[in-house]
Amino acid sequence: MSKARSAYSISSKKEKFDTHIIVVWVDNEAGVLARIAGLFSGRGYNIESLAVAEVDKKLNISRITIVTTGTPQVINQIRLQLKKLIPVHNVADFKREDKKVIFKEMALLKVVGKNGKKEKALKACKKFDPVILDRTNNSYVIQITALRREIDKMIVDLKKFGLVSVSRTGAVAMTRGAEIFK
Amino acid sequence: MSKLYTGAEIVFKCLEDHGVDFIFGYPGGAVLPIYDELKHHTSIKHILARHEQGAGHAAEGYARSSGKPGVVLVTSGPGATNVVTALTDAYMDSVPLVCISGQVPTHLIGTDAFQECDTTGITRPCTKHNWLVKDVKDLAKTIHKAFEVATTGRPGPVLVDIPKDIQFKKVSYSKPKKQKKLNGKTHNLYSQKEIEELIKLISKSKKPIIYSGGGVINSGIEASKFLRELVEATGFPITSTLQGLGAYPGDDSHFLGMLGMHGTYEANNAMYGCDLMINVGARFDDRITGKIDEFSPNSKKVHIDIDPSSINKNVKVDLAIVGDVASVLRNTIKTLKKHKPNFSKSNKSNISSWWEQIQKWRSVNSLGYINSHESIKPQYAVQRLYELTKNKDTFITTEVGQHQMWAAQHYKFDKPNRWMTSGGLGTMGYGLPAAVGVQIANPNKLVIDIAGEASVLMTMQEMSTAVQYSLPIKIFILNNEYMGMVRQWQELLHDKNYSESYTAALPDFVKLAEAYGCVGLRAKTPEELDDKIIEMINTDRPVIFDCLVDKVENCFPMIPSGKPHNQMLLGPKDQENNKITGKGKTLV
Repeated sequence: MSKARSAYSISSKKEKFDTHIIVVWVDNEAGVLARIAGLFSGRGYNIESLAVAEVDKKLNISRITIVTTGTPQVINQIRLQLKKLIPVHNVADFKREDKKVIFKEMALLKVVGKNGKKEKALKACKKFDPVILDRTNNSYVIQITALRREIDKMIVDLKKFGLVSVSRTGAVAMTRGAEIFK
Repeated sequence: MSKLYTGAEIVFKCLEDHGVDFIFGYPGGAVLPIYDELKHHTSIKHILARHEQGAGHAAEGYARSSGKPGVVLVTSGPGATNVVTALTDAYMDSVPLVCISGQVPTHLIGTDAFQECDTTGITRPCTKHNWLVKDVKDLAKTIHKAFEVATTGRPGPVLVDIPKDIQFKKVSYSKPKKQKKLNGKTHNLYSQKEIEELIKLISKSKKPIIYSGGGVINSGIEASKFLRELVEATGFPITSTLQGLGAYPGDDSHFLGMLGMHGTYEANNAMYGCDLMINVGARFDDRITGKIDEFSPNSKKVHIDIDPSSINKNVKVDLAIVGDVASVLRNTIKTLKKHKPNFSKSNKSNISSWWEQIQKWRSVNSLGYINSHESIKPQYAVQRLYELTKNKDTFITTEVGQHQMWAAQHYKFDKPNRWMTSGGLGTMGYGLPAAVGVQIANPNKLVIDIAGEASVLMTMQEMSTAVQYSLPIKIFILNNEYMGMVRQWQELLHDKNYSESYTAALPDFVKLAEAYGCVGLRAKTPEELDDKIIEMINTDRPVIFDCLVDKVENCFPMIPSGKPHNQMLLGPKDQENNKITGKGKTLV
């Protein structure tokens, strides 16, 4: 039997999935992240990464950056559904390919091994402004900032140089030039 | 220093300031301080339900028939979880509800205390917004905001969770502020240019149709008036969703009947064949559209809706007008009359062949059925009920299933707010408590719940509420001993394997009525039906009417799952020839 579908399945035509970065300004109050995350899970939208922190203590505003994929119709729905939430002040939405916007993700990488290996690992990270946050005789903790896919690749590449642990943030975004979001 | 009030007093001061006359509720440990305060507020009457779900649906019935928000008061834990069905129902059908729930004292939150549950967590996806009030200083502000959120924009339910200690704490009271924009969210986002665009489409169309929905009802009585004016000014045919019934008179010649899964042949074919579709306050729900990629393939689609997220959600439209229906229609009519006075006359020839086509579809008489002398056909029962009550200002509620569709097809509404049914969520057990709320809001009117025997048993306990408050609601049960719609689908899709859809042990509804202290009536044959209905109408007490109907009648016409509008089943004969196969079987 074919896979069960919801009522009157939506057009079977395959539409292209785009990756979008959605920036949401919200009141920093209890449960607001649950509302956003619940909206995504409840309506079957994807979250690839999510980064959130308070950006304006006085106005009590947090900025959430969500990386998501979907058809143009779904992305539009995400934007409109987010806007309906009471604690949401504003929603901005960008294609990942958008040249006007910078996206960055940070990762902490722990490599364990002899000097040679550790140095090779550090060298491999060179493109991404590596900072050594902690060093011992047989380990480094390296911080890099890069795009998601670059970090994905680094994680694969560093395996052979003794990478034992990875911690990474979701992407954050900002417009280039003097312009700001909103 | 201004006077200090307890949290419980603040709750009532807020309710008074928002013009609340009735609360539907059920007491319990965590709301005792609020219940204790009730006696000091004589302008507010509490209606004691028999289950929190019943309180919720009663508040929905009250809200829908009065246009005011319904207020529900429940305790923590089970009180809150019991009301979840009603909140979800209100959310799906855009009914303004303000639910106040008690919570365990703040210091016990998170300890799995007695009757504790994460109420705001549980109700987050089924409310427009909810609040846990942890500081009594925020209480008044929060309740004011709750009323604002529930009643503005697309209406819906909200919940305010108040821990017991907050109900005792004292604070000064602040009155509601004058309506301010909600986070800068205004509701009329359309421009005159879009109205002009709509006029252009209207004047060019040869095969137009207006498809109106519950948004017209929610927009207020004015919106229904403008909808009638629009039809008059254009001469266009109009069809309505389940929720929109009553916004346009059901017996008018421009009205094609309800559309959708159990809509009329003419309405659905007109939707399929039109070149211009004007959606007024409806949401392209799946019961309406049928197979979405064959939905009205050759039409320009216009969507008028107050909720921007409704636009392009299910169906892509050519022109979106985001705003309150009443405001959009008022402007449209004004602009139309300015640009094209006497449009309906001058345009008559333009759409005359379309009307001829519609008449042909009409002549199929898709709501027809084969009547019987031996048994009461359910359609006949609804028709007789309509004929015998149409001269009174009658309010109809329903449960969910076949009887609901028969009521929608055969009862003709000519005013808004007279038809209360659970469309989005499809909640069996909605109708009886809703009727309680409707009767509270409309004390001297005839209120009838057209019910099925399976649905009505889900909230039957609310008869006790009706008796307590002397609410003469009439529960008109089309009793076929089956969950009829389930049985119909099993017949269509599952080779007549009637798995668990027959209720082998039903109560004697007449005796049950007597046990509750109301009146029981039964009709077994078509001959006695009219007399019994008249007896029911003339009884000034709650009545349970057990109408024994044909057990195997199916609801037609029907768009089978996975089929477009132009492939309807008109009756039992079609059903044999059009077996639902493959993919259609997996749809609901």
